[in-house]
Amino acid sequence: MSMKIGNDQFKKRVDDGVNNAFMRFAVSGAQERLRSRRLDAAEELGNWEEWRALGEEIRQHTLENLDYYLEQLTDNVAKRGGHVFFAQTAEEANEYIKNVARQKQAKKVVKSKSMVTEEIHMNAALEELGCEVIETDLGEYILQVDDHDPPSHIVAPALHKNKEQIRDVFQEKLSYKKTEKPEELALHAREMLRKEFLSADIGITGCNFAIAESGSISLVTNEGNARLTTALPKTQITVMGMERIVPTFEEFEVLVSLLTRSAVGQRLTSYVTALTGPRLPGEVDGPEEFHLVIVDNGRSAILGTEFQSVLQCIRCAACVNVCPVYRHIGGHSYGSIYSGPIGAVLSPLLGGYEDYKELPYASTLCAACTDACPVKIPLHELLHKHRQRIVEKEGKAPISEKLAMKAFGLGAASSSLYTVGAKVAPAALTPFMSGSSISKGPGPLKAWTESREFPAPTKERLRDWFDKRSDDGERKHSK
Amino acid sequence: MMKVSLFATCLIDMFQTNVGKATVELLERLGCEVDFPKNQVCCGQPAYNSGYVKESKEAMKNMIKAFEHAEYVVSPSGSCVTMFKEYPHLFEGDAAWHEPAVKLADKTYELTDFIVNVLKVEDVGASLNGKATYHSSCHMTRLLNVKKEPFTLLNNVKGLEMENLENSHNCCGFGGTFSVKMGQISEQMVDEKVGCIAKTNAEYLIGADCGCLMNIGGRIERKGQPVKVMHIAEVLNSRR
Repeated sequence: MSMKIGNDQFKKRVDDGVNNAFMRFAVSGAQERLRSRRLDAAEELGNWEEWRALGEEIRQHTLENLDYYLEQLTDNVAKRGGHVFFAQTAEEANEYIKNVARQKQAKKVVKSKSMVTEEIHMNAALEELGCEVIETDLGEYILQVDDHDPPSHIVAPALHKNKEQIRDVFQEKLSYKKTEKPEELALHAREMLRKEFLSADIGITGCNFAIAESGSISLVTNEGNARLTTALPKTQITVMGMERIVPTFEEFEVLVSLLTRSAVGQRLTSYVTALTGPRLPGEVDGPEEFHLVIVDNGRSAILGTEFQSVLQCIRCAACVNVCPVYRHIGGHSYGSIYSGPIGAVLSPLLGGYEDYKELPYASTLCAACTDACPVKIPLHELLHKHRQRIVEKEGKAPISEKLAMKAFGLGAASSSLYTVGAKVAPAALTPFMSGSSISKGPGPLKAWTESREFPAPTKERLRDWFDKRSDDGERKHSK
Repeated sequence: MMKVSLFATCLIDMFQTNVGKATVELLERLGCEVDFPKNQVCCGQPAYNSGYVKESKEAMKNMIKAFEHAEYVVSPSGSCVTMFKEYPHLFEGDAAWHEPAVKLADKTYELTDFIVNVLKVEDVGASLNGKATYHSSCHMTRLLNVKKEPFTLLNNVKGLEMENLENSHNCCGFGGTFSVKMGQISEQMVDEKVGCIAKTNAEYLIGADCGCLMNIGGRIERKGQPVKVMHIAEVLNSRR
């Protein structure tokens, strides 16, 4: 459950989100930019649907043979002199990483962007040890400087902040003196970070995809910080979710194209790097020691279930960028480092229903996410499967709702029972009507009528009109 | 003469009867013989989407039986048609119900899809003066893949000027029980939608799904905006 951010209840988090005008303005603008860039980049390929189908096939094949490819990856990393550790839990992963840090007597760690290290709360674990951990991705750096504000988006973690807010954070925490111009802000961060790269003992990265055939790990970035993280410190640790793997470079090429186009609308990012093991004799750069930490942390429990397709995810956030719910509540409302539709599916699976039971309901099932996903994860269907599981297996649905649905099952299965209900409804609702609509409804209508009028039932149902009309017609014919 | 069984949907049967009447008159004018299978109630979507699959299946079986005799099933509601199209998937492995579910799904059409692609009519001879904008509902466009047909028909309505709706891809915030379970979020979504509609200066908001129209219309009414909400069946049945 370490992916959790904050302890507020869902209702409170949504309140905060909805009332945060700055955040909403930043998020809706970013959504529109990222969405249209993605659509342009997809159209440029010409046959996007074929690419998606190929992406889906590659991910499905890999998941179905995950044990084989994990073994191949492990063997090939070892052959190149790297160390591989398979961590079943977040604790195991952190313990291993801390051990490496202890052995190296590390004082300073630089990090490139990685969601899985957020998921396992690795920074906190290293800080307990007395290590200084520095985020070098610009977005993550801003959040770290701002008293560890959690990420609100899986690709653009500081999406919820505008440049004025970032300027204020820099002024307050980094004695920054310049303006909110992005170039000036970035230059300042760059100057601050350059010193850190040069003095770090360990570089830690995430991994976009590991390539099984060669034992390589790949990093897809725009800032170059991941290259510095992996080139300067003597020790490199790469942390990856166990499903982030491709068989060969051939599949890698397809997935990288899908990833960069879907995430930021670019044909390729500025840097696409594949790194294989530590520096070999005769090589001029690279770390002396390389560790690959492969994290399970609940993933293998998803394999083989009706939720397996969620592991196809390549973390592009295309679903987040089109989600109309995310648009209004922002990433922090999800209470998890994984937000948006993918977060609403993944968080209850990795973190449990207790903390995340509301998330599957925070969707209209509009399917914009499913439509946008470059590897065709049926996200809205998975949200629905969660609801079914919550009702049928978890028993977490409210009793009033259960009763209402039971009544629905009976009424909707029989037109005579329905007729009784439909006849009673107008009479029951009469006290609440004003003209042709209801402004203050009882029971479940209350939530509706807080913001909308609800139509009053018509005196004559369509079926009664149709009956009468047919009767009249027959009479006319018989005359 | 083409025989059409009207799948009215519970919302239209009880609340939006005018939409149902317009659908019947429109189909008849286009040369169809329309019947109203009396045993129909609800497609099951409200319970299904809330996770109550067992309860919803009773409603589904009732609908499969109610429309067994039908040659074509036509409905003025994209979302409810989408539910019918899901039946085969939901009854997979059920020896008794799978085949009838497939049959029902195959013969069911959303109204504009039916007019354009089965009746092969693109101009229904309707006329309505004024400026309008169209709300593309999510299930109809994304899951049913009926995207162009409403525009094909609306562009041929005499006197009607269509305005583009900004961010038309965003859901209106209805989502069935979502609208009450997550009322606060739903309100923000419908508010943005209503704001985009206002920006078009349209006199009419047209849609093809009664759920969305009830949601958007309810908010428009509450805010007292001067926009008339019309179902596409009503527009296509207008002759003035």
